[in-house]
Amino acid sequence: MLAPPSIISVANLSKTYGSGFKALNGVNLDIIRGEIFALLGPNGAGKTTLISIICGIANLSEGRVTVNGHDINKDYRAARSLIGLVPQELHTDAFESVWATVSFSRGLFGKPKNPAHIEKVLKDLSLWDKKDAKIVTLSGGMKRRVMIAKALSHEPQILFLDEPTAGVDVELRKGMWEVVRALQASGVTIILTTHYIEEAEEMADRIGVINKGEIILVEDKAGLMQKLGKKHLKLYLQTKVEAIPEALAAYNLELSEDGRAITYHYDTKGDRTGITSLLSELRNAGIRISDLDTTQSSLEDIFVSLVRAS
Amino acid sequence: MNWRAVQAIYLFEMARTWRTLLQSIVSPVVSTSLYFVVFGAAIGSRITEVDGVSYGTFIVPGLVMLSVLTQSIANASFGIYFPKFVGTIYELLSAPVSYFEIVLGYVGAAATKSIVLGLIILATAALFVPLHIMHPWWMLTFLVLTAVTFSLFGFIIGIWADGFEKLQMIPMLVVTPLTFLGGSFYSVNMLPSGWRTITLLNPVVYLISGFRWSFYEIADVSVSLSIGMTLGFLVVCMGLVWWIFKTGYRLKN
Repeated sequence: MLAPPSIISVANLSKTYGSGFKALNGVNLDIIRGEIFALLGPNGAGKTTLISIICGIANLSEGRVTVNGHDINKDYRAARSLIGLVPQELHTDAFESVWATVSFSRGLFGKPKNPAHIEKVLKDLSLWDKKDAKIVTLSGGMKRRVMIAKALSHEPQILFLDEPTAGVDVELRKGMWEVVRALQASGVTIILTTHYIEEAEEMADRIGVINKGEIILVEDKAGLMQKLGKKHLKLYLQTKVEAIPEALAAYNLELSEDGRAITYHYDTKGDRTGITSLLSELRNAGIRISDLDTTQSSLEDIFVSLVRAS
Repeated sequence: MNWRAVQAIYLFEMARTWRTLLQSIVSPVVSTSLYFVVFGAAIGSRITEVDGVSYGTFIVPGLVMLSVLTQSIANASFGIYFPKFVGTIYELLSAPVSYFEIVLGYVGAAATKSIVLGLIILATAALFVPLHIMHPWWMLTFLVLTAVTFSLFGFIIGIWADGFEKLQMIPMLVVTPLTFLGGSFYSVNMLPSGWRTITLLNPVVYLISGFRWSFYEIADVSVSLSIGMTLGFLVVCMGLVWWIFKTGYRLKN
């Protein structure tokens, strides 16, 4: 029998905190086996609450969550043993050595000792030469990797990365992406939340946007970019113009401040982009073009417009 | 049953003891030795026998209990409070461990520490006064029961506390006075009858009385009552821990 495509299934999930604050409101979400899923949302949108509930750190108020078919409350052992969690904050046992803390995590998850696996994890995360160092002596980026090593110590099938690259420099971030890709290649499902849109754009197969405790969109990354993405055609002019000619008023045009470039915004969805007619109208108006380029709106632009609209 | 997790927690906690050896073992031993010097040798030399035992010898069980009580609470409360404080509790909550396994790991380690400590103090005491233990097995039973019960109590305090101040408050304001007034340094029979009745409301009286009986066969209250009260307190603490995990009190909200 084939395993069902979704490895995590969240149905009608709501969470109300003791203070009365409703952090999640009827969330439905399915995570597909083997994918990298990026969860985007502004601060306080409910990303961490959602992860905390799935991982067993917070109680849910309403709804149901299953991990590989196991209910997270009734069958918490089976559900949790599949999951590795890297939380947002750097919570570490300052006075433990790297080796000891990573081995501790493996034991906590009930796995027999396996020094070879721990060694591999530490080497993959470039922590091997620090294995005997006390955590308190490590830099922030290294502590972050220690936490990833802890999560990977028990060979999880699902890895949650809550803001994995916050405060990590660019080079390290790239290194971490490589680790994540290698994990995905080995069959691990990865759910990450991030503030860096470029990260989601770079890494994710699918993207979910959460705002004010509600999932407002779940889409294939390419589909999302195509559906909501705008393209911009920038035309560089041979000679400076003072204003956009009346005849071109119907187009969505923008004149640069120095009068030497015109930008045309158009939808990629439409069958007709209007570019051909724009170009001929421009020629009719006597405007000559020296160069052109097109750009597509980034995920960040899409995200900002989605959150504003919701 | 996830025995590997219990083992991991237990060994982690024990490793913390070795790391903080001075604080965990040496300082209680030093302070207990001071009690012997002050109460046993200096003041005790002016007090005649209590219930047929020299005063220095009389206070030994009380002093051991005093340390075991305070250390059990301190070890267990700190053991669970610290992960809450630094945030590493996330891992415990997200691991496939039952509440029973968590308690077994933390309380087991805290109780082990205080039992070892109690035995070390007993050995230290033997350097100052002649010791004879009439019922060693009962002595060990009382020691283990007390260590486990008060480690559970400490675990509860550690979960309840949301600051270092609260962590210290119960031990300082409740446990230390109850222990001092619980007959560590005197026999309850030495008190006027009105005070004696009030003293019998103090649960520590039963612990110390029973423990002292295992040494010298002298007791303020009957031994079965001592055991009954100790077990009763154990059950109350277990009930509280069960409630904490059932509701996620101060852990999951």
